[in-house]
Amino acid sequence: MRFDQVPQDNSSTYAGHKKVLYAQDAAGHYVTVQSSGWAVEEAATCDAVAEYEALAEQARLAVLAKAQSPLLYHMYRSRMDLPLLAQVSGIWRWRIRRHCKPQHFSRLTQKQLQFYADIFDISVAELKTIPGCPA
Amino acid sequence: MNFTHTQSAHCESGVIASLVTHAGLPLSEPMAFGLANALAFAYIPLVKLAGQPLIAYRLPPRFIIKGLCKRLGVKVSFRKFSNPVMGAEALNAAVDRGQPVGLQTSVYYLPYFPEEMRFHFNAHNLVVYGRDGDNYAVSDPVFEEPVTVASRHLNKARFARGPLAPKGLMYQVESLPDKIDYAQVIPAAIRKNCKVMLGAPLPIIGIRGMRYMSRKIARLKGDHHEQRLFLGHIVRMQEEIGTGGAGFRFLYASFLQESAGLLKDEALASASKKMTDVGDEWRAFALSLVQECKQAGAVGTHALAEKLLGCAEKEAEVWRFLQDWSRV
Repeated sequence: MRFDQVPQDNSSTYAGHKKVLYAQDAAGHYVTVQSSGWAVEEAATCDAVAEYEALAEQARLAVLAKAQSPLLYHMYRSRMDLPLLAQVSGIWRWRIRRHCKPQHFSRLTQKQLQFYADIFDISVAELKTIPGCPA
Repeated sequence: MNFTHTQSAHCESGVIASLVTHAGLPLSEPMAFGLANALAFAYIPLVKLAGQPLIAYRLPPRFIIKGLCKRLGVKVSFRKFSNPVMGAEALNAAVDRGQPVGLQTSVYYLPYFPEEMRFHFNAHNLVVYGRDGDNYAVSDPVFEEPVTVASRHLNKARFARGPLAPKGLMYQVESLPDKIDYAQVIPAAIRKNCKVMLGAPLPIIGIRGMRYMSRKIARLKGDHHEQRLFLGHIVRMQEEIGTGGAGFRFLYASFLQESAGLLKDEALASASKKMTDVGDEWRAFALSLVQECKQAGAVGTHALAEKLLGCAEKEAEVWRFLQDWSRV
């Protein structure tokens, strides 16, 4: 890649930051060139983000319908899936799946709630609620 | 502490290059990367990240630091902690002594990262070089400028759990070698790298791994949504995760060029040119992947597989050339 081929697409995913790429200058020597983004990379990143957002939105609707607990919503909102949350928390998947049901979630102790809240980096009060539903 | 922040393409090679440079041995990021024989390719279907197979364009985390230091004779001390409080105390003590410290952290808990980039990736490296009350002065090699991070966030990032858990890993350069014999270490690094790329015993590593991924793409099943996630995942592993472009191929080409200058070797210079061409090919591959993601059938999975096979064969040629070169 030559330095004038380094994309400068002002990707939204960079949030104004610039990343370094290695490219050749006019004499063919490698130099570091700052890039403000590449549309190709941005599309892939946004796709991955959108996937979690879609899952979180599905989960949110399920919580509103009282089919799932807010835990499921916060898991996807934190860009985790079930295997990852199980690995991060050390809690078996079937137990997490159980905690995603409203009747089991409501019986979690303060300590267990705090454990989940710490993983998602939110407070217990936030863990118990979802956007669009004050309770 | 006077610590020169250098923006780098990749976190691990950037951190170790700036730590070694700070200790008194000037080293560029491409040299750190190349001398660690860090370029690789692996497609591991059994290890899943967010439901997708692991695709790596370089050696696993920590291999760059370990490989480089072993080859150059730089001594680096590593410490892990079972207790976050002890980890924070050890970090404070080292920083107060005036030593820059490398840390392994999770990207997700670092507040200065752009929101879209915050995924649960546990092997991000950065340097802490100072402390002011409850804030750390952090030189994150993939950012333009040094940043400050509150201790609460940094501790959380150091002790994140999950795959590749950092467990508070911190490392420091202890001693440097008296001199470096580039005429010896450069061929040794290249020889080792050829071995990984051409002669790995598993069909999922090196050039054979690329061919394997190409077959996977050709036989891609599922609806467009699933295919899109998989193809997008390849692009992200190749371009987004701090690679300096084309899955580290440009970084390696830069190493070959610098080596050519050091050893006054024309063959290496031409290998650098060839590796650049390979990198351009990978960039074109990423472009067509995204076109296929945006619209099913725009390129077609078979054409994509062919393209990847083209990259693989072109790269294999460069490695065979380097293998012959390093044998002499």
